[in-house]
Order: sequence, then C-alpha cells, then structure tokens
Amino acid sequence: MKILYFAWLREKIGVAEEEVSPPEEVETVGALIDWLRARGPGYQAALCNPKLVRCAIDQEFADADAKIMGAAEIALFPPVTGG
Amino acid sequence: MISRIVVGEADFDAGAELARLQGPGVGGIGTFIGLVRDDGGEIAALNLEHYPGMTERAVQKIIDQAVARWPLLACSVIHRVGRLLPGAQIVFVGAASAHREAALQASGFLIDWLKTSAPFWKREEFRAGGSAWVAAREGDDAAAAAWNE
Repeated sequence: MKILYFAWLREKIGVAEEEVSPPEEVETVGALIDWLRARGPGYQAALCNPKLVRCAIDQEFADADAKIMGAAEIALFPPVTGG
Repeated sequence: MISRIVVGEADFDAGAELARLQGPGVGGIGTFIGLVRDDGGEIAALNLEHYPGMTERAVQKIIDQAVARWPLLACSVIHRVGRLLPGAQIVFVGAASAHREAALQASGFLIDWLKTSAPFWKREEFRAGGSAWVAAREGDDAAAAAWNE
C-alpha cells in the first residue's frame, strides 16, 4: 500500500510517500503506526506521540482502530491547521 | 443548491465571489474572509500545504453538512495554498439563503469546520529567520464541536 506523509511528519520521516508491505498481523491504523515507528529514528521522531498523528484511509479521515486491509492509500499527518 | 470549491495558489476577488452567491430567492449572504496575520511584525510569510485529492472531498463533506442543516441556496469555499505574505487573503467562505440567520450560521459553521476537518497545514516563516509549523488549537476543536451540542 502507498503511505503519504504531510507537514512535519513528512519532514521528520524524510519522504513524502512510499510503498510499504506491513505483515498481516498489522490490521489497524494504530498497529501500522507502531510498525512504521520501528523503521528508523526519523519514523520514531515523527510518530512517537500518537495524539499528534491523524490518519486518512483512501482520502477519508480514519481513527486509530480503523482497519487498513484493502486500503490503497493511507495518509499520516499532524492535526490540521487550515482556515 | 449551487456550491463552489476552489483550492489553489491564486488569490480571489471577494467582490466577484459575493456576486456569484447572489441569485433568485437569495435574501442574505453570510461570509468570512481569513487573512495572514503579521503578529506584530514577526511573521514574514505563511506557507500552506494540503493533501491534493482529499482536500476537495473533505470540503465537499463540510458543505454537505451545512446544506443538511440550513436552507442554503448557494455556498462557496475558496482556500489558498502555497506561500502567502502578511495581509494576504487565505480563505473565503460564503453562504447564501433566503434569510440572515441561515446565511450567518452556515458561514460560521463552514469556517469552524474547515479549521478542524480539512487537510491543510500552516507553517510560519519568521522575519528573524527560521520557521515553525502552526500547532492545532484546542479552541478550534471546541468551536467546531459546539455546532453539534
């Protein structure tokens, strides 16, 4: 699946998007974040506080317990600050 | 119901946007225009990033909610992205209805929900050098949530 990162998550991780293949037991957004965090110090820095990470699955906002199976595009980003 | 969503770098003409909201049956138009603050001269620029593809969908959902709550005849959301200087226009929301209450309330709802439910992020560039991402404000979440109380 494709993962997109925005704002300071992107800056800390160092890429705007990447293809990842998490193992089957990674079923939810929360589990995906935990799995990504183990990929390196940039990921750890970006994802260490789950309260500051928001998610969208296929361009719809999703909670930490949302299932990721079948998703084509998952985006992780900080709380939004538009308007 | 006519709705207009524009997300892009181009500036907007608030007068022209107001004119678009006029039409048969419209008796009042409520609007909000957001500008880049200079915070006492400290801010050199504001950089606005968004999630292309999702942004328009998220804005459409907010408009759909407003339309479900108030008898609107037309509705516009213009949101700029990119690098904006102090004083620049960032956002225009407008809601047209037969009467003022729906127009004013819907425009307030639209801006409160845009701040908390559309994928935009602001980074401030400081005149003294450096930059920082703007943190989300709890007050914004509270203002959006208050519409559902």
